[in-house]
Amino acid sequence: MQTWIPLWLPGETAHASAVDLLFAGLLASSVLVLVLLFFLMGRFAVHYRAGNAGADRDHRTKKSWHWEVSWTAATLLAFLGLFVWGAQLYMRLQDAPADALPVYVVAKQWMWKVQHLGGQREINELHVPLGSAVRLIMSSQDVIHSFFIPAFRIKHDVVPGTTETLWFKPRKAGVYHLFCAEYCGTDHSRMTGRIVVMEQTDFEQWLAHQDVSGTMAEEGGRLFRQFGCGGCHGAGAAVRAPQLDGLYGKAVPLSDGSIRIADERYIRDSILKPRARIAAGYQALMPSYEGKIGEGELVQIVAYIKSLAGDARPPR
Amino acid sequence: MPETPADQFVDMRQQHETAQLGMWTFIATEVLFFGGLLLAYCVYRIGDPEGFAEAARHTKIVIGTINTAVLLTSSFLVAWAVTAARLRQGRMAGLLLGFAAVLGLAFLALKGVEYAKEYDEHLIPRLDFAYAGPKATSVYLFFSFYFVATGLHALHIAIGVVVLAVIGWQAGRGRYSERYHSPITVAGLYWHFVDVVWIFLFALIYLPGRAS
Amino acid sequence: MTARNYLTEDNSLRSWFFTTDHKRVAVLYAASITLFFFIGGAAATIIRLELATPQADLVTSDVYNRLFTIHGVIMVWFFLIPSIPATLGNFVVPLMIGARDLAFPRLNLTSWYLFVLGGGVTLYAVFAGGIDTGWTFYAPFSTMYSNSHVVLAVTGVFIAGFSSILTGLNFIVTIHRLRAPGLTWYRLPLFLWSLYSTSVILVLATPVLAMTLLLVALDRFAGIGIFDPARGGDPLLFQHLFWFYSHPAVYIMILPGMGVVSELISVYSRKAVFGYKFVAWSAVAIAVVGFFVWGHHMFVSGQSPFAGLVFSFMSFIVAVPSAIKVFNWTATMHKGFIRFDAPMLYALAFIGLFTIGGLTGLFLACLAYDVYVTDTYFVVAHFHYIMVGGMVTAYFGGLHYWWPKITGRMYPEYWARAAAILIFFGFNMTFFPQFILGILGMPRRYHVYPPEFQVWHVMSSAGASILAVAYLLPLFYLGWSMFFGKRAPSNPWQATGLEWQTPSPPPSHNFATTPVVKRNPYDYSLEGEARPQNA
Repeated sequence: MQTWIPLWLPGETAHASAVDLLFAGLLASSVLVLVLLFFLMGRFAVHYRAGNAGADRDHRTKKSWHWEVSWTAATLLAFLGLFVWGAQLYMRLQDAPADALPVYVVAKQWMWKVQHLGGQREINELHVPLGSAVRLIMSSQDVIHSFFIPAFRIKHDVVPGTTETLWFKPRKAGVYHLFCAEYCGTDHSRMTGRIVVMEQTDFEQWLAHQDVSGTMAEEGGRLFRQFGCGGCHGAGAAVRAPQLDGLYGKAVPLSDGSIRIADERYIRDSILKPRARIAAGYQALMPSYEGKIGEGELVQIVAYIKSLAGDARPPR
Repeated sequence: MPETPADQFVDMRQQHETAQLGMWTFIATEVLFFGGLLLAYCVYRIGDPEGFAEAARHTKIVIGTINTAVLLTSSFLVAWAVTAARLRQGRMAGLLLGFAAVLGLAFLALKGVEYAKEYDEHLIPRLDFAYAGPKATSVYLFFSFYFVATGLHALHIAIGVVVLAVIGWQAGRGRYSERYHSPITVAGLYWHFVDVVWIFLFALIYLPGRAS
Repeated sequence: MTARNYLTEDNSLRSWFFTTDHKRVAVLYAASITLFFFIGGAAATIIRLELATPQADLVTSDVYNRLFTIHGVIMVWFFLIPSIPATLGNFVVPLMIGARDLAFPRLNLTSWYLFVLGGGVTLYAVFAGGIDTGWTFYAPFSTMYSNSHVVLAVTGVFIAGFSSILTGLNFIVTIHRLRAPGLTWYRLPLFLWSLYSTSVILVLATPVLAMTLLLVALDRFAGIGIFDPARGGDPLLFQHLFWFYSHPAVYIMILPGMGVVSELISVYSRKAVFGYKFVAWSAVAIAVVGFFVWGHHMFVSGQSPFAGLVFSFMSFIVAVPSAIKVFNWTATMHKGFIRFDAPMLYALAFIGLFTIGGLTGLFLACLAYDVYVTDTYFVVAHFHYIMVGGMVTAYFGGLHYWWPKITGRMYPEYWARAAAILIFFGFNMTFFPQFILGILGMPRRYHVYPPEFQVWHVMSSAGASILAVAYLLPLFYLGWSMFFGKRAPSNPWQATGLEWQTPSPPPSHNFATTPVVKRNPYDYSLEGEARPQNA
């Protein structure tokens, strides 16, 4: 794998191969243009140098319109083609497959904290199974970081105050670099880690061997009770609050007439900024938990609420 | 007294047109400067209309409205002064600009009164902020914008007052005429612009949440 | 015995520091930006030395982070943005339009003082301990987490921003109002079309930076929370506001360079620029469309994918006018009389290196590919190709071209050509490996890195040492030429522009009588004979 002069990092997912094909297209068009340009410049510089009095300088092109329109049109066409190609691939990256395995990531200066649904935790490492899509649900405790896996050709900023997602489907077992790609302070360059792709059975064994205090949903349920959420959202509560069973993935009508899909971000915002979006038919009574719940606990509560919907399907 | 154009100009007309274009270009930069701030404000307001509306109800609309009238009047006086100066009515122009500058000072004084009231109500972010109610975060953010925007505007008014005073004094000494009036025209443009910025601020800051 | 000119007119310090002569202001700027170039270059030298090994062995992480920040801040705001406009532009614009000075000479001097003040405050921030936010000052790191002199640094940049705004204002008004009789818009040299477009960006984009930096300072100093999520703020808003300025800023940096190249290609091919109107309007198009592409810095930031689509599309569109310029410059050489004086070597280098940089910009405009290479060394290589390979190269080309006019002396031609070639070689050796590092996945702003990347870093650092020497050469031979160079005639290049129809160096008031323009610019006969614009 390691050569003394590395020129290429192999792509290890289908998306990575598609990106590499796009790269090939971009490279080929660029090389074509450059070769043409350097050839013309070189030829003109040599043939029409001042010292070469014998060169034919008559019949200079006067009408520039034809040339201008031609090379502008050709350029535009090529650019539009490249735009469409890149845009299509990019839009495909936005939608995780329905059966993707969710994993929660919390970034902080200067480490990556990973939580699997079963409660397994990792620092600066992410174990995933081969052949299954993985959907990362990421948030930051402090500044903006960026989750970057070069071998999968993917990257997404992790922003405080909100949740971002990123998905991939590994196709080859191995260990791959994980880098933080958004400058985040002193040890930005040490905020690196490993993505460990294992065969399905090995992964299950690995999961079973981790020290777990409870699954994420179980931990989240404990926190739900600890923070008194059931006081309003539980059955038989004195205050009328939206029921959370089956909430995740549902379309929620809001008081301003719009409809929001209850994804991870909606659930998280509802806990931290409950007055920002009020469910239709309810009053703005929920207090904000901003500053009262840490990122790590927040993702557990979100996992718990998701588990109330029965399945962990991504909402799209 | 006849003015001669500066070295780089051919005649007075070129000098005058150049000065005007210069001031319009400067105003364009100011539009983008305040525009950036107002854009940021609008982004947050659209994200939290109720919070900002509640916060806006704590602004002092009476003072704000009086200030709007003050500035509009001062702009009227300045426009009048420019015409007077061009008609060689130097003393009239000087007087008008003097009054306009006084109105500018009145604006600042009223602003000071307003800030004092906000201090009493503990609405100064970072220095003295205490707000009971669930929308405290929105109110804090709103008042951050409020002080930055009105503070910057007040700075521009203060500079404008000095400019008007100086130009007014020159006008009173008969310096301007139809042949040479670019300083007073250009100063007028600046003052009108600062006035227009206030109109935007008034509408965006004082009026939300008061319609019903 | 030399005639009285703007340099010999009055040699007291007072006459220099209170000058309103645009030519002297240009010289003041030239001296200042040269100082900043070497300070920024010193930071780069230490960075490249450190990066030759994968470990942190030369400096600590905190020092490294301060080094790349100050390299960016100084190079962008105190070298690249002022370079051509404030030095070559200030000197040449009134001469090219046949005027005695800019529209607002005292404002011009004020610009310089603001520049020096801003630079002073920023340097003070550096020596007081530095800043470690990156030149991009992303929130909330810059507003809430950085333990460095952020407020001081943004204040310095804020002040320097007003210097740029006033320069832009001066140029716009001058080009509109002070043109000599007969000098219609379509007779303007293309350098002026480029500077005009640059000035529009300076005037409209810089105020947004000013506001953004003000908000950062207030957020940090007074805790107003505009970019703090816990207080209802949005870190992404900072990015939108910052890049709304900083993307057009890169066009502020490159457009003047393109303008210089148009002049050089024409003179050293003894031929009118092919497609004059297209090149002229391309500059305007770049300035306008450049305001609509800022989100391409934010494809992975969490902004909406649909916004991403729009910004990607517009980014491809904005590349078209640049391509048009490159094609037209090449066509200009066709059937010309090509000479290879040092300025032409720089112009040719610009076309090659700018095209490489610009093509890699397409890789970045392309959404799915940008997701991979953004925030990696690919971006670092891309912008250095454009800024250093393009802009700095064009600056040196213009500096050598107008050197006889500015100083009244010729520079030593063989030294100049040697330096140009060495710069070209050193530059490519420094920055081409960085493209490879980027596609291998090496992130930017990394102090330590995995060992497999080392071989390319070593090559890059080796190239940087050559580049450093190469950039020092002009300092010496240009300095030497100021005292010992051959005296220059009015029109050493037999060019057509108005600036060449007055002595070298010009008298203080530029022209004995106001020239009257009768021709298009770049009017060369079929045999390559120049017909000056006022002949």
